[in-house]
Amino acid sequence: MGVVFWKELADHFSSRRFMILLAIIVLTGVWAIYASGQSIRQEAEGIPTDFVFLLLLTSQSGGLLSLATFIGLLGPLVGIMLGFDAISGEYARGTLSRVLSQPIYRDSLINGKFLAGLATVAILWASILLLVIGLGITLVGFPPNAEELWRMLIFTLVGIFYVGFWLALALLFSLLFQRTVTAALGSLAIWLFLAIFAPLIAQVVAGFIVPNPSTAEELTRQADIASIISRISPSTLFGESVSILLNPTARLLGMALPEQTQGILLTPLALGQSLLLILPQVTTLFALVAVCFGISYIKFMRSEIRA
Amino acid sequence: MSAVIETARLTKRYRDLVAVNELNLKVEEGETFGFLGPNGAGKTTTILMLLGLSEPTDGHAFVCGFDPTRQPLEVKKRVGYLPENPGFYEDLTARENLFYIARLNRVPRTEANRRITRLLEQVGLNNDGDRPVSEFSRGMKQRLGIAEVLVKEPKVVIMDEPTLGIDPDGVTRILELITGLNREHGITIMLSSHLLHQVQQICHRIGIIVKGRMIVQGDVDKLGSAILKERRWNFLLEVGGKADGLEAELRSISGIAEVEPRVGGWFLHCTVDVRPAVVSLVSRKGLSLLQLRSEDPTLEEIYLKYFREA
Repeated sequence: MGVVFWKELADHFSSRRFMILLAIIVLTGVWAIYASGQSIRQEAEGIPTDFVFLLLLTSQSGGLLSLATFIGLLGPLVGIMLGFDAISGEYARGTLSRVLSQPIYRDSLINGKFLAGLATVAILWASILLLVIGLGITLVGFPPNAEELWRMLIFTLVGIFYVGFWLALALLFSLLFQRTVTAALGSLAIWLFLAIFAPLIAQVVAGFIVPNPSTAEELTRQADIASIISRISPSTLFGESVSILLNPTARLLGMALPEQTQGILLTPLALGQSLLLILPQVTTLFALVAVCFGISYIKFMRSEIRA
Repeated sequence: MSAVIETARLTKRYRDLVAVNELNLKVEEGETFGFLGPNGAGKTTTILMLLGLSEPTDGHAFVCGFDPTRQPLEVKKRVGYLPENPGFYEDLTARENLFYIARLNRVPRTEANRRITRLLEQVGLNNDGDRPVSEFSRGMKQRLGIAEVLVKEPKVVIMDEPTLGIDPDGVTRILELITGLNREHGITIMLSSHLLHQVQQICHRIGIIVKGRMIVQGDVDKLGSAILKERRWNFLLEVGGKADGLEAELRSISGIAEVEPRVGGWFLHCTVDVRPAVVSLVSRKGLSLLQLRSEDPTLEEIYLKYFREA
């Protein structure tokens, strides 16, 4: 498996596709951080000086998306681009039967490919993180504290799982469809559906279940149902996790009644408490990756290799 | 001599299609076996089952004493497989492609490099080793494929249509390579093809498969008579000079069943070898013998006959 892993990793890093991805991500990342850094500096008096680095990641400025949102949007693309031709590409080139007639276990090929994809994602992600810290230090003038570092690290881990899901999905599609183009389009369709249409559909369904909410209770119930349904989408799961992780003062997901928020102190949560809050989301994300990869694994082990 | 590849009633069904039907195959150690059949006869399916890339519906296969379904790794360690149209990683060089395969076979780095240099030379690609495979012609890719199969130093090599779509010169080179592997390195070779004359040139034994069934297998030179059950003696006779009345006298020779006139001669259907009698008759008549050729059906004709029936 090690051999497959290193070969795939080398392939990813030397591919033109990866260069383009890296360029896009680095350029937009630098721009987003720079823009938010500038605006933070301008308004520095009004903002608590805790967690400036987290603010760098989450604050929107100049009509630009925050880096966190931006990564949530680009992440799926990275995953799909790294995975969509994993198996179908080997089919198309006619290399699959040659590789599988070597004395390796069949799963080492698919495991190696998946892990190489994940490693690529991890390296991308880590470089963005370092970029944020580096730029942040020059912009803000002091290094991040331990709490911020931990939160950013966990944000990175969750992000890797998130992209991992799309990688696993693309891998599955590349196995189901022997044509590379079909695999790519299939994964993109799922991405569009989950990222854009799932929240809309959730709204509509919630509207059906609780029609014409008039009281506050009904309103929150409708919002709750909508958010539960939209949690099918890993994009929602990731978004929620990020919003808690990178904003220590956040202590609730979704809507809350005024009675529920009464008496809440606006002090930041401890890291452990924030983690507890997003544990279900992160677990689900992890489970989605596992399920998706599991299906590909079983399918691949049983398939007949003709080309 | 022992059987390196042996199958017993090997069967593969795809829903309602029987791709391979109770196939019994035997390839002895050190021989070159030609697996012949028209397109879609089940050659590739059989090969995939021998390698454990496809599971048989019924029956058994043994390769080097291992069951490819149960112990695929043991089989794959010993068997090199060259698929039809072998694909390579196009953006890698020939050397890198071979190196990857060598590493998958757990060949240590230095040893792998040494082997690759030797093999590239052996297949005549020593000057192209550092070029990306995307620049290779089809014949070169096929030769690179052979080099790749040899990287693991196999005992048995299975090739699927190794000469498909290659120009005559390339075919000759590949056939020479294959013969060399067998003679000089003692590698058992099984190759599938639908081109009889190529197989006839280099194989010791052949098997003909049609519609998933093995119709016949045996030595190339003995196969013709084996299929025809009883051996017939057919000759083409051509003589020089005035041959008046020769035809009637030919008919009177015992053993000649029928005499068919041909341009400049006769075609004789016989029950025994009548050549001595014919030669003495011709010389007695004072004629010169131009030609007395055995006209036994060739393997080609037999092969075509089965193809048409299929």
